[in-house]
Amino acid sequence: MKNLNDTIAAISTPIGVGGIGIIRISGKDAIPIAETLFKPKRNIKLSDVDSHTIHYGFIRDPKTNEIFDEVLLTVMWAPKTYTKEDIVEINCHGGYLTLSKILNLLLKNGIRLAEPGEFTLRAFLNGRIDLTRAEAVMDLITAKSEAAMRLAMRHLQGQLNDILSDLENKLLDIVSLYEAHVDFPEEDLDGNDLKNVLDTIEDLIQNLNRLSEGFHYSRLIKEGVGVCIIGAPNVGKSSLLNKLLLKDRAIVTPIPGTTRDVIEDSLEINGLPVRIIDTAGIRDTDDIIEKEGIKRTRMAVELADIVIVVCDISKGISQEDLLMIEQTRGKKTIIAINKVDLTGLDLARQKTNFLSNHEVCYISALNGFGISGLKDVIFKIAVGNMVKTDAIISNERHKHLIDMTSKALHNVVQEIRQDSPIDIILIPLREGLLYLGEITGRVISDEAILDRIFSKFCIGK
Amino acid sequence: MPFKETDYDVIVIGGGHAGCEAALASSRLGMKTCLFTINIDSIGHMSCNPAIGGLAKGHIVREIDALGGEMARAADFAGIQFRMLNLSKGPAVWALRSQADRNLYKQHMRKTLEEQPNLTIKQGIVEQIITEDGTVCGVITNLGVFYGAKAVIVTTGTFLKGLIHIGLEQFVAGRAGEFASIGLSDSLKSLGFEIGRLKTGTPPRLDAKTIDFSQTETQYGDDPPIPFSYKTKEIHNPQLPCFITYTNQTTHDIIRGNLDRSPLYGGRITGIGPRYCPSIEDKVVRFSDKERHQVFLEPEGLQTKEYYANGISTSLPYDVQLRIVRSIPGLQNAEIMRPAYAIEYDFVFPTQLYHTLETKKIKGLFLAGQINGTSGYEEAAGQGLIAGINATMKILGKEPLILRRDEAYIGVLIDDLVTKGTNEPYRMFTSRAEHRLLLRHDNADVRLMQKGRDIGLIDDDTFEEFKHRRQSVADEIHRLKTTRVFPSVDVNALLQEKGTSPISEVITLEKLLKRPEIDMDFINTISPSEITKEVSQLVEIEVKYEGYIQRQLEIAERMSKLESRRIPDDFRYEGIPGLSNEVLEKLKKIKPSNIGQASRIPGITPAAISILLVALERHTRNG
Repeated sequence: MKNLNDTIAAISTPIGVGGIGIIRISGKDAIPIAETLFKPKRNIKLSDVDSHTIHYGFIRDPKTNEIFDEVLLTVMWAPKTYTKEDIVEINCHGGYLTLSKILNLLLKNGIRLAEPGEFTLRAFLNGRIDLTRAEAVMDLITAKSEAAMRLAMRHLQGQLNDILSDLENKLLDIVSLYEAHVDFPEEDLDGNDLKNVLDTIEDLIQNLNRLSEGFHYSRLIKEGVGVCIIGAPNVGKSSLLNKLLLKDRAIVTPIPGTTRDVIEDSLEINGLPVRIIDTAGIRDTDDIIEKEGIKRTRMAVELADIVIVVCDISKGISQEDLLMIEQTRGKKTIIAINKVDLTGLDLARQKTNFLSNHEVCYISALNGFGISGLKDVIFKIAVGNMVKTDAIISNERHKHLIDMTSKALHNVVQEIRQDSPIDIILIPLREGLLYLGEITGRVISDEAILDRIFSKFCIGK
Repeated sequence: MPFKETDYDVIVIGGGHAGCEAALASSRLGMKTCLFTINIDSIGHMSCNPAIGGLAKGHIVREIDALGGEMARAADFAGIQFRMLNLSKGPAVWALRSQADRNLYKQHMRKTLEEQPNLTIKQGIVEQIITEDGTVCGVITNLGVFYGAKAVIVTTGTFLKGLIHIGLEQFVAGRAGEFASIGLSDSLKSLGFEIGRLKTGTPPRLDAKTIDFSQTETQYGDDPPIPFSYKTKEIHNPQLPCFITYTNQTTHDIIRGNLDRSPLYGGRITGIGPRYCPSIEDKVVRFSDKERHQVFLEPEGLQTKEYYANGISTSLPYDVQLRIVRSIPGLQNAEIMRPAYAIEYDFVFPTQLYHTLETKKIKGLFLAGQINGTSGYEEAAGQGLIAGINATMKILGKEPLILRRDEAYIGVLIDDLVTKGTNEPYRMFTSRAEHRLLLRHDNADVRLMQKGRDIGLIDDDTFEEFKHRRQSVADEIHRLKTTRVFPSVDVNALLQEKGTSPISEVITLEKLLKRPEIDMDFINTISPSEITKEVSQLVEIEVKYEGYIQRQLEIAERMSKLESRRIPDDFRYEGIPGLSNEVLEKLKKIKPSNIGQASRIPGITPAAISILLVALERHTRNG
């Protein structure tokens, strides 16, 4: 159960949107903890600054001295704040990774991840906002938790649940084993059972850590899959974008180089969010504006999950096209052979059979031929990517809980190695079970432990 | 109009472990109390095994003692074997278990009850509970006599519509050889209580003359025996061993061949039995690959040849029981003195109670013990004590005694019962306590004796002794923290002998004691002090486990903040936006007394708790 007196934090700007992101911290330790992580440019102490003032500096991990980001930090002293508690807001550069790294740093330093709506709950309980508003937020929380429940249900059918259930099951076995030895010392239990526990726990820790590392795949779900369209000038990149989006997003002209900047929009393929980026054609040029565009294109390729190289087949596969394909080495790439309406499919195939090592789609951005096939390929590659990992954790809270479980199990290993008595070993062990249970939504009550004991061991003197 | 005999403050129905504690508590607190029992000779009777204590149960006995109850003293008086269990597993799970002489136990209880001022004992069967405007006002017995009361505590054990099964034979009884209580169950039902049915069982009792103990393993108790009660200085009874033997394939074949004659497998028993105390037929069926099961032969007392065959509880027919017993090494010629049996009985779903053990429906009516779905003497006694105290507090208009989950196993027990309810006979296990490290055998006095004193159940001597003991512990810890050891050849030789690293700098005794290899005996050799063995052990636990205990205390502290957000009795859950129907029904049924309890109700989500917090705040502000 949540505690309403500690210090909480959350990312308070929507993920994946905008140039900056804000992390909000509220509670009595907000300012002291921020102070330990903030390296101000000017020589100031956060605990001395006036309320509602903004400070420039860096967020830095005090343990490693690693600088995470350049930030503006706002200090607001209680009670004139949203929650009526001390609040610190960290304005940083919006990239999801940066935000998430800073948030994690906070969580490691004694701050708890806020529950949905918890800032508002505090605002209400501390008398800052009135009931109507609080209730509206509560409705939102319920709605959100229902949405979360639906999401959880979807996970239930997926691999994540299988893996978590399996981990939970193994952990429950271990807990039950220890508990049985504690509560039933006079039963005929096999003392050797306890000897293999260490291996199992270390195996569990490895599994948890793998899950935790797989967290970045959740970006694919949250922010969508980044698809970048590149190609020589005037091969029809913008037309393709418009066809994919079913609207005129990009200006299409027969003049090469019309698209000078990166255009971004999003669509859904089979429910998978896809961020699609149209770029300026890459070519050697002296035009300054175009140069800047090309620089950005290179970056877009760098950041994309999938790159679509568009070629104009009516002109044949040019040297420029091949260079373009070469540039995408190491990326998931689709080669879109455009303008097959002009050449006919057979000829297009003939002219491109040397590309058979690549994923090739034949399309006409003009009449829409092959577009749905292209979408299928995008989906296949994106999802195939995810399936390669064990499972996807899509939720910051889940990752946090998995990390906490792993940490608790580390403590178990330590206690076992130190030959600590069972009642001590059981403390982090049950803590771990509790964290896992919070993810799966199954409450591992003492009843569940007893169930396991009675089903596994013949108890009954 | 029935004949009216006397008006009492408190009437206790039942003279078992719950009834005895309830009646003693209320009469000791000055309440004019009457205890009704079906059979005066059965007061304080141990219906099942002749043992008190064990894991979590021994903890409860210590808690009862620290609050001023009687069970620990009776167990010490009757104890013929004491063992501290789990000594290798850390102090939180050390637990005392004793074998008790059945007759001595009863003798002590009956004598204590009879000598107690303000307490009347009557043999009789209470048939009906009389209420007026939802408040209890008395009882009527089977002789048609009315007794008035301001509070009634029902502690009927297995007697409510008790039905004994031996094979396919069945007969109505509260316990082998005793009447059942039939009318009272109907009376409770007509008052609107939801009643369920449970089952429990007991093994055969054997004649020691016919047992060949040479074929068994012998298990001795601790020497010297450690008593339960803070008041007991020494155990006087001669100490007896128990014996262990095992079932074998022949035993299991006999059982498998006769399952069709088991009332359990034949479907004649509908009540739910305890999983932790299965019958031998259950064990054989469910764990078919297990080659043998333990049988403990426990002495029933100093003056009897009867032995209790712990581990082969059964409801199979008598002839099968004989064959089972005689298939076991050492028991080939054993005579069964009393057959094993299963018993079904009515219980009241405990979610109908407040934490005080008063029913939500009828004011002044309290339930304690097996009637609340628990099993075990200790669980019963703990509830009896709380019911006796709270009936008194209610009559006196004082604050009730509600123990928290981080304060006592009794607190965990009652909170589980009234919050989660139970479908099988509920037994206490240490795994049920989230703050196990705080609920230790050794610190029951620290946890509860001040409360016992405030209520008025702890006498001056016991309390003075407690304060003195704790002062000695504090003094010794202070000494350890301030006494420094200097590195020397002698000291380092001693340390290395103990298998721990030598010191190169000055170190306090306290720091030294924190090392896993170092104990108080060692500290005493390098720096002697004049503390008792008891104090020395308490010091060792406090020093060695300080860090862990501190951490659990912090967690408990955090949780107690939720407990302090109280939900008023008249709080209306209807119309709170955002609560699902399922959650609403649960809250209305359990009527949690605070947010902490609400969060423990199965099926209540964290989102529901947030909503509840908001609604509660509105209630408080609007008055």
